[in-house]
Amino acid sequence: MIDPVIASRLQFALTTIVHIIFPVMSMGLAPFLVYFTWRDVRGGDPVYEQLRRFWTKIFAISFVVGTVTGIVLEFEFGTNFAAFATAAGELFGGPLAVEGMMAFMLEATFLGIFIFGRERVSDRLYLVSSVAVGLGTWLSAVWILIANSWMQTPRGYELATENGQTIVHLTDPIAAYLNPRFPYMFVHMQNAAVESVALFMAGVAAYYVYRHHVWEYPVENVAFWEKTLKIALVALLITAPLQVLQGDLYARHVYETQPQKFAAMEAVWDTEAYVPEYIFAIPTDLSQLTDPRAKELFGIGIPGGASWLASGGDPTAEIRGLNSFESESPPVAIVFWSFRAMVGMGFWFILLAFWGGYRWFTGELFEDGLLHKALMASSLLGILAVELGWVVTEVGRQPWVIQGILKTSAGVSPGLTGTEALTTLLGFVGVYTAILALYTYVVARIIRGGPPGEEDLDSVPDQRERDERPAAGVAGDD
Amino acid sequence: MISVESLAAGPLLDLPLAELWFALIFALLGTFLFLDGFDFGAGAIFATLDDESARETVLSAIGPFWDGNEVWLVVFGGALFAAFPRVYAGLFSRHYLLMFGILGALILRGLAPEMYEQRHDERWQRWWGRSFVAGSVLAPFLLGAFAGNWLVGSPRSFTLVGIVVGSTVTVLTVVSGAAFLGLKAGRALPGAVHRIGVGAVVVYLLLVVATLGTLAVTLPAGADALLSMPVLALVAASIALAIAYAVALRRGANLAALVSAAGLTYGLVAVVAVVMYPRIDPATGLVVEEAIVSTLPLNLMSIGAALLLPLVATYFVVLYSAFSGPITAEESY
Ligand code: HDD
Ligand code: HEM
Ligand code: HEM
Repeated sequence: MIDPVIASRLQFALTTIVHIIFPVMSMGLAPFLVYFTWRDVRGGDPVYEQLRRFWTKIFAISFVVGTVTGIVLEFEFGTNFAAFATAAGELFGGPLAVEGMMAFMLEATFLGIFIFGRERVSDRLYLVSSVAVGLGTWLSAVWILIANSWMQTPRGYELATENGQTIVHLTDPIAAYLNPRFPYMFVHMQNAAVESVALFMAGVAAYYVYRHHVWEYPVENVAFWEKTLKIALVALLITAPLQVLQGDLYARHVYETQPQKFAAMEAVWDTEAYVPEYIFAIPTDLSQLTDPRAKELFGIGIPGGASWLASGGDPTAEIRGLNSFESESPPVAIVFWSFRAMVGMGFWFILLAFWGGYRWFTGELFEDGLLHKALMASSLLGILAVELGWVVTEVGRQPWVIQGILKTSAGVSPGLTGTEALTTLLGFVGVYTAILALYTYVVARIIRGGPPGEEDLDSVPDQRERDERPAAGVAGDD
Repeated sequence: MISVESLAAGPLLDLPLAELWFALIFALLGTFLFLDGFDFGAGAIFATLDDESARETVLSAIGPFWDGNEVWLVVFGGALFAAFPRVYAGLFSRHYLLMFGILGALILRGLAPEMYEQRHDERWQRWWGRSFVAGSVLAPFLLGAFAGNWLVGSPRSFTLVGIVVGSTVTVLTVVSGAAFLGLKAGRALPGAVHRIGVGAVVVYLLLVVATLGTLAVTLPAGADALLSMPVLALVAASIALAIAYAVALRRGANLAALVSAAGLTYGLVAVVAVVMYPRIDPATGLVVEEAIVSTLPLNLMSIGAALLLPLVATYFVVLYSAFSGPITAEESY
């Protein structure tokens, strides 16, 4: 039978990789929705009501799927990683409990008003609900990332042995919860979410703009899609450069705090100086195709690039190799390739942003078909980059579940059998495939349906009203 | 200022924090079983309706609420993890398949209403309607089974006590659901919903008797464990509340009926807590005082909960007052 450790790790990997898609959508959409709601409530251009209503639908389905997949994760700490939960519960349980009370409660209650309550509450309370929902999604990231960053750079604890098991005791809450990794992780994650949503919006909008302007195939509400494209481009122009600049600082911090992970990210086996940043690399020995080793590597690289990244500017700096660590190495190939792909996409997104910005500047944003195609092809790449970034973070931490304190193999529930773990793993493969398919189906339908037409808008009085009140112009909200 | 040293030195204000957290855990479970209970109950009652507009009304009635209600389960899990990590780890891993059963049911219940609304062809709605009902009935059943197994300390996931307690909880959600639908759906639903509620409360009382009976033969202490003042008082209160519920529902006093249903739910959970105490994981004999985390995190958590839970209560007040009164089938985004 399958080893319960392997099955639990695969299951956790699968369930988090699916879960994170939905938080990325909702955290990334949150600032946009607050902006749309504010502009809509203030009155004026009815396109903001369309924007708010259209993207709220996508937010709502993302939230529901995020909820059902999130609860699974919380339970899994107990079901599959009971030894980890027992060892680290003192530090780890608190943030999860606070996340529930502080973030999910705020988000889930005000979401009811935000989605269903436009007619029932005042403009002001409606605007407040959009802010509360957005704040809720971002606060959940704060607490879950506090928990995760502590697993990367644990601080503020003391180890004890109780009943033969290692137990972590909290001694300094400030050091533990504001551990060195947290600020890097939070900024990188939240900016990634906004960037991913900007890419998604731009890709969808580019499709309609392309159809209308390049194909000359008339599209309803084309002004809506043009506006969406512009707003998404502005967001991309801000987030894409920031992500890469901050990612650079982040990489140095990883080298300082988790040198073994960094060595895996760069596939450095022996401690060396002047290490290149390989853009592409294949091992010279075929038997190690999945295991790129720096020394026997044939590749194209930026000379001194990895050293530069680790030291913050010195291309000759020395990097500690994987062979110098006592514990076994993480699966190097996965970490190495995931890191490369994330970084590569980071630069591609900057290129896209500047390309779009330049076309906007020259007044050809709606005519450049190649740009539209590039945006369409990149609409899901932000989410892919997020997934790969998490793979770097989590697989790169192996064999540890809590860096330097507890190995993953020691964290799995002692009583768990291979049969049980395999049963649920296979169940999740089926159920999560179905969930992803349904989510895609619903989002595609929403996109195909487009925004509500002018005749359905509250902010545009209908024809009869307009005839009765000729001077009213565009009415505000009621 | 409170310093870390003083927080690590002893329990805040010398309060019996371990006992308070034991009570809080069950209060959170009870709140979940009441609030999401009426959503589950609405799901079960959904099965009895074949009129399209009545079905839409049920979905609209729970639409704005169920998500917030479900978070109480997340908070229950989080609080158990934070305050009693060993119990959380032990219980959840021991009842491995049962926990994933609960999760599966919650996934169905959460997705189905969203999917139901997506398309209007008959086959699609028939299947998502069935999924909604299945999720709504299975979730409380399995949660009840979990609570029953927890109480008797069974190492197995599927037991007689589990089945009996599971059924009791499921029927209780129908009791709450009928009152909730009476309140939210107004006259849009057929009068049969009231009859379902009254029927359910009678079945509920019978099942409570069955639960007490099975517990008496399963618990190591036997019937003695149940013959304590608090348990007897809770049973007497439940009978009174059940009568109040039935009378209120017949008179159309839906809010009063819903409040009685809340009382019944907290009463049932309290029975479990009272019988369990001072143990918290009967399977291993672990008692509350041993299972609690150490003083510093406990104090921090207590401060956090004392500040946040009142805030959470206000969110619910805002939500429920924004949607006071009946909800019509047309309301959505
Ligand atoms: C849009 C998505 C996106 C893009 C374009 C980038 N990243 Fe990233 N990266 C993430 C999204 C992400 C992430 C998914 O959000 C991670 C996972 C955990 C985290 O904090 O952020 C991550 C993790 C992550 C880590 C691992 C940290 C750890 O182990 O805790 C490093 C070192 C970097 N990133 C560095 C970079 C660099 C140098 C980039 C570009 C040049 C870059 N990232 C672009
Ligand atoms: C949502 C984004 C996340 C993704 C995509 C992700 C991905 C993964 C992956 C791929 C693994 C398997 C690694 C391996 O076993 O080789 C893993 C393990 C794990 N992750 Fe994450 N993770 C995420 C967030 C988190 C967070 C926020 C936490 C903690 C609060 C966390 C805690 C864990 C734990 C406990 C394990 C199991 C032990 C282990 O294998 O190291 N993860 N995750
Ligand atoms: C692996 C560890 C994780 C666990 C245990 C976890 C747990 C949960 C739970 C229980 C929910 C449901 C809340 C509800 O009922 O409303 C949820 C939803 C959510 N989670 Fe996670 N989560 C994890 C990873 C992450 C990460 C890495 C992020 C982002 C940084 C994140 C952000 C969110 C957000 C924003 C929601 C709200 C639902 C949504 O908008 O999709 N989660 N999560």
